[in-house]
This record gives sequence, C-alpha cells and structure tokens, in this order.
Amino acid sequence: MALIRGPHAAPAIAALAALALFFVPAAHLPAFYESFFYILCYWIALATSWNILSGYAHYLSFGHGAFFGAGVYASATLTTKFSVPFLWSIPAAAAVAALLAAAIGAVVFRLNRLRGDLFALLTLAVAFVLSTIVLNTPIDGGPGVYLSAVPLPDIAGSPTATIYVLGLGLAVISIGTAYAVAHSRLGLGLFAIHDDEDVAEAKGVPTFRYKMIAFAISAGIAGAVGAVHAMYVSYVTVGETFGITVPVYVVLMSVLGGMRHWLGPAVGAALIGASLFAFTGGASATIGRAVVAFGLIAVILLLPEGVVPTLLRRARGWLKKRAKPAAMPQVAPPAALRSRSPVSQAGAPLLACFGVEKSFGGLRALRGVSLEVKRGEILGLVGPNGSGKTTLINVISGQYRRDAGRIALDGHDIGRTSAHRIAALGIARTYQIPRPFAHLTALENVILAGTFGGQADRAAIRAEAQHWLEFAGLGARAETLPGELNLHEGKFLELARALAAHPSLLMLDEVLAGLTPSEIASAVALIRRIRDAGASILFVEHNMRAVLELSDQLVVLNYGQVIAAGAPREVVRDPEVITAYLGAAHA
Amino acid sequence: MPSLNLLGQALVSGVLIGGLYGLLGLGLTLSWGLLHLINIAYFGLAFLSAYLTYHLGTVYHLEPWFSGLIIVPVFFALGVGLHWALARFRVSGLVSLLVTFGFIVVIEAVIQLAWTADFRKLELPYEVPSLRLGRLYVPTLELIAWVLASVFAVFAWAALRWTYFGKAVRAAAEDPAIAASFGINHRANALLIAGICAASAALAGIFIALTTTLAPSQMFAWFGVVFAVVIIGGLGNPLGALIAGVLIGVAESMTMAITAPAWAPLVAFSLLIALMIWQPRWL
Repeated sequence: MALIRGPHAAPAIAALAALALFFVPAAHLPAFYESFFYILCYWIALATSWNILSGYAHYLSFGHGAFFGAGVYASATLTTKFSVPFLWSIPAAAAVAALLAAAIGAVVFRLNRLRGDLFALLTLAVAFVLSTIVLNTPIDGGPGVYLSAVPLPDIAGSPTATIYVLGLGLAVISIGTAYAVAHSRLGLGLFAIHDDEDVAEAKGVPTFRYKMIAFAISAGIAGAVGAVHAMYVSYVTVGETFGITVPVYVVLMSVLGGMRHWLGPAVGAALIGASLFAFTGGASATIGRAVVAFGLIAVILLLPEGVVPTLLRRARGWLKKRAKPAAMPQVAPPAALRSRSPVSQAGAPLLACFGVEKSFGGLRALRGVSLEVKRGEILGLVGPNGSGKTTLINVISGQYRRDAGRIALDGHDIGRTSAHRIAALGIARTYQIPRPFAHLTALENVILAGTFGGQADRAAIRAEAQHWLEFAGLGARAETLPGELNLHEGKFLELARALAAHPSLLMLDEVLAGLTPSEIASAVALIRRIRDAGASILFVEHNMRAVLELSDQLVVLNYGQVIAAGAPREVVRDPEVITAYLGAAHA
Repeated sequence: MPSLNLLGQALVSGVLIGGLYGLLGLGLTLSWGLLHLINIAYFGLAFLSAYLTYHLGTVYHLEPWFSGLIIVPVFFALGVGLHWALARFRVSGLVSLLVTFGFIVVIEAVIQLAWTADFRKLELPYEVPSLRLGRLYVPTLELIAWVLASVFAVFAWAALRWTYFGKAVRAAAEDPAIAASFGINHRANALLIAGICAASAALAGIFIALTTTLAPSQMFAWFGVVFAVVIIGGLGNPLGALIAGVLIGVAESMTMAITAPAWAPLVAFSLLIALMIWQPRWL
C-alpha cells in the first residue's frame, strides 16, 4: 500500500496521456503507427488486467491466455457463425471469459491448499485443455477462423484507426479498473490476501468472494481484448491464440513494471512491447528476443520490486532528503476508549462453548470443551503447552471448523460460520507469533482491520487507526513496515489491529510471552483499560502472576479437556491443576 | 475400437515416452522440490544438448554415446555455474521461473541462429534394429533411454532416501539455516544437485536428438506435459516423476490410439486438474 499510493498527480497525468492518444488517428500518421500503438495498448490491457488478481493478491495465473483465447473465439464464433455485430461481440466475449474464470475460481478457490505454485500450474493446465477442446470441436476444428468478412464499424476513419481506438479504450478501462481496485476496499483485501490469507480472513476479509471478483474482472478484460484482437488479426488459429506468448509475456511485463503498483504492468508492457517492435523480421527478431530476455533477467535481478515501485521509492527518498527535517509530529494523547454497543444484560454469557471437539487425524486436540465468557469479563485460559488453548481460539474464530459441539455468540450459533463473518460479528484475536501483513505499514495494518470490522467512513477509519496505534504505544511507528518492528512492538500491533475491529470479544493468545517484566506491567495495564472500555476478553497466558491479576474467571485445559474452572485463587489450588502443571510429586 | 495389437503397441510406446518425460522432469522436480528453484532452463539445456549431439553426429560423425561422454560432463559444469549465479542473486520461487524463462529464450535464440528454425534430424549411419516382443515392436533407442531414465531415477531416489548426502539435502530443503547450524554445507550440496539436474537434462537431450525431429520451438511443446509429470510425481521425488511420466505417456498414447492424436494434450492436463482437485495425500 505504501508503494501503490503514488503521487496524486499520477492518475491525472495518465488520464491526460490517454486522452491525447485518442487523437493519434487524427494526425493521419502512416498505418504502421496505429498498428504499433495498438499492439502497445493490447499488451498494456492484457498485463494490467492480469495484475488485478495475480499481482495484487499474488495468485499467479499462467492461464491468462485461456481467457484471452476464450474472448478471441467467442467473438470469432459470434460474428462469423451467428452474424452478431462486432461491437456487441466485445462485451459478450468479456462475459464468456469472466464466466469461465468464475467457474474455475468456484472450484479452485475452495481448496485451501491450492495457493501459489499449484494455482499457477492449474491455470496453465486450463489453458491447454481449453485449446485442445477448441481445436477439436467445430469452434475451430483445425483450419482456423477467418473474420475478414465481418463488417467493422467505422469509428475513427480507417479500419486500423478503429482497431487502435478500441484497443486504447480497453487499455484505459484496464488501467482505470486497476487504479480503482487498488484504492478500494477490494484492493485492500487483495493486498491482505497477498501477505497472509488466513489472517486476512480472520480480520474480516471475505477472501473467497474477493478472489472470485478479482479473477472475473481480470478475465473479463482479457476476453474483451481477445475480441478486438480477433478482428485485428482477422484470421485466428489455435496455435497463435493459445500459444505460450500471452500468458508468459503478461507475467514478464508485470514483474518488470512492478506488480504492487496499478501502473506497473502498463509501464512494463510499454517497455517490452516497444522493444519487441524494435526487432522485427528475420535474424534480427531472434537477436531481439534474446536481447529482451537478457534485459529482463538483468532487471529482475537488479530491481526485484519492478521499475515503477523502485523509481517511486527513489523519488520519495530524494524528496525527503530535500525537505527540511520536520519537527516531531504532535501526537495527540490517546482519548478514552469509546465504548461500543451498550451492555444489554450484564452477566449473561457473550460466548458459550459447549462440548467442542476438534481432532487432527488421530490427535484429539479438543475433547468436549465447555466454557462461558460473560460480558465485561476477563476469562483466563491456562494449560500446559499442547493442551489445546490456541486450537480453541482457532476454532472460535472460525479458522478451524469444530468437529462437534456448539459455539454461540450472543446466543447465535457460529460453529459453521466462516471466519470473516465471525470477525464481522465482533470477535477479534491476536496471534501468539505476530502475523502482520508484511507489505502494509503498521498504520495500514490497523486500517485494514477497521475497514473490514464494519466501519465505512475512510477518514474516520484512518483517524481511529492512528488512535489505536497510539493507544498501543506505536504512534511514532505508524509508517513503519512490520518487518522493522521488534517482538514487543509486533505484539502490540497485533493488539491495535484487533482493537480496531471494535470487538465485543477479544481473544489474546499469549500476548505477554517473551516480554520483559516492565513491558508485561504496561501490557497488563493496557488489557485492563480495554476491558474497562467494555470488551470481554479471552486471555490465554502462561504468566501466572498476570493471569491471577487480570482474570475474573480461570479455566484450565489439559489434553484438550477442561480440568478446572472458577475463581482464579481457588483454581490454582486444585490438586489436579497442580499435577498437570508440575507433575504428580507436587500434588 | 482399435485392435488389441494396436493397443499393445500404444502401451509400449506410451511407457517408453514416459521414461523420457521422467528424465526431462528430473531436473525440474529436484530443483523445485529441493532447491526451491522453479528452474525451467533445463528444457533449454536439454535442447541445446540435443542440437550438440546432432551437430557432433552429422558434422564430426561422432557416435551419440561418445558425444554423450563430452556433453554430459560439460553440462554438469554448466548446471553448477547456473546455480551459482542464481544463488549469488538469491533468486527463488517465482522469480526463478521468470529468470530461467529468460535463459530459455536466450538459448532458443542461440539455437535458431546456429542451426536455423528448420527441422533437423540426426541420421545414424547404421540401422538400429527393433526388438520383437511377440507381435509387438520395441524400438531399441527408446528402450535404452527408458532404462537409463529408470536407473537415473531409482538411483537419485535411493540416494536421497538413504544416504547422508540425501538426508542433508532434504534437511536443507526444509530449512537451510537450521541445516547449516547442524554442520550441513547446503551451498555445496545445492551445486552438486544442480549439476546432476543439468547432466540429466543433457542425457534427455541426447535421446531427444536420437528419437525425434528437432526444431527450436519444440522445447516449449514439452513444457506442459513435463510440468504435469513433475507435479503429479510429487515435487523433489525423482521416482515419482518417472512413474507419473509413464502414467501420462501411457494415457496419452492410449488416447491417441482410441480417439485422435489431437486429443492427447487433454489427457495430461485433465489428469493434473483431477488430481489437484482430488488432492490425494501423496501429491
């Protein structure tokens, strides 16, 4: 996010440039130039559309050629066999490609293991299967399809100019969409998926729906580009359409330009597209390809982030150096925590678990756990390592599905609810080992939690996120990337991120582990303030002093079972608890 | 329905082509699974080796096996050098795929400049007899390729499984830093693995030269199937790659015999998609 938010001038300049390019045909240049500019637009539209899913969410697709090809053949079939007007075949081709992506996505995005490399290969396989089907059915059948008889409406004076204007239009739509997505809730969610999909889901990002939307948008644009390109080449064959060129070049262009920036793929496409054009025909084409490949290797090795983000970073660093050292920003003192929904019935359970079971293969991690967290209460959950504490948090937050039992929030069963809905219902958690979104700044991490925690107003979310950072003592670290935070700060960022979602139930997973005694003291004070503001807390901890100091109720887990529950001072005297912790000799 | 004889012949050629898939997939599966490099440069190296075999055979009249004695060690060194460069720039994961794709394009251009885009076929000056197995013909060259591929795969698999070197490599694949703290020189091991991968690609190239007609763009035709082989066989598992190669080879040639040759590409990928969705434990 820090990198995608370029100078505000960038979108304006891009829009002006696009507007100017629409008037290229009016200059009556030789047809070669229109063709050259069309090919650039073609690559820009394809690479930019690919990046919307694959760059933002890092789900690399080698199947972009399949969606492009689906568009090519949808348009070719509609215009030649069904006499559909060419312009109408463009949205139809987009719809066909988007539907294809939705169908693929509906299957593969449900499989949690299908991330990264495997998704890439699966999409590659889809492209091969599709091309074989097209080749062996009447859609193509082998000889290719001629579109030379399809009438091309005259938009810009000549056929090449018309194709050029259509291509430019698609490039503009593509970049505009990429910009809009990058600056929307959808984009924020996709960037979170990029960094850590499980955490994104737990923070309320509807990961499945977002991936589907991004995939469909990306494929739809590729399909529209395919329709226009079918007309441009006017003779389509399976070999040319589904070749290795499109899926590979869109990846190369995006990587070269920078995948985390909305304009990156367009810049990469312009660079590679132009250099491919520089070498055409005979041996020079071969040498040209080799030169492009060499250049690419060099850029990837030397500018791994891509051209656009690297340049932006350099420019920003340069501006910072020139600016006078700013005075330390005035940090407003943390205001009192706003209390959320008024407590309806004091003492009634907010969260109730009854007989919750969870097994991993033969290991029964939870064996019928029952407990209740009352409103405004801090429930301490202790137990030896491996007793099932973190598993219970994972089950309550929806990251794992319970095998049996009932989990109710405010009386409503949430045992089958997906994790992002549970987050929206008001359960937030922290991770024992901090899992921040690595490419978002500390502030953006908190903003994300606020955005998907049910808030709508952007300015308010931002102000509040800053407030939570200050509350957690990280006010000065807002613009820091999580990798630069130490363990203590990382844990407090977890806390700020959880609080930003306005939880009614906050689950803290060993927030004190690894902290120094003075850090523990400040953390204990912080937790008390959170409770005083109205949240209920499920507090997992090994530090007994802190547990006794904070808990209203103490539950002890051992081997996945509750072995004791009640007032803290009484529970710690329970012989069974002492045996579990210290061994039989001490009981 | 084709005759049993035709099906039997399809089975034989499927098994044999599967050996070549396995041998070509060996480099990719080892470097992906054990070095975390999606190194597709091996396709380019295999074709470079194929063209060198062709060149040495037609211009200098060297026997293919003798060319192999030169090419394989040279490619071993080439593989070591390539890995050294990749490690030097800390390339891994997807970036390695892109960089090595760049290498392939360069190799393809070099081949095209040196030998043109025309089809080339290595003609041996003597007839290589086919074996007869009942009513079925077993082409000898393909059989030798298959035997060598199997030996290579079994040997690599056994070495990874039972030797200290293999255990060290697998430990380093899990976590190089931890492995290093236990005294494993994972950098040296990785260089050796990369060399073996390149050598296996060179060997595959020699048989590609012996059994197929060469064209520079052909290297991309092997891409998809070998990727499928590597995934289905399990990353880092050389024996799995061989078994998957044979499985896909047989499925393909059966499809060709029963339907039309044009449907063959559907087989490997339908199999791959089905397996990915089914997700058996060994995948």
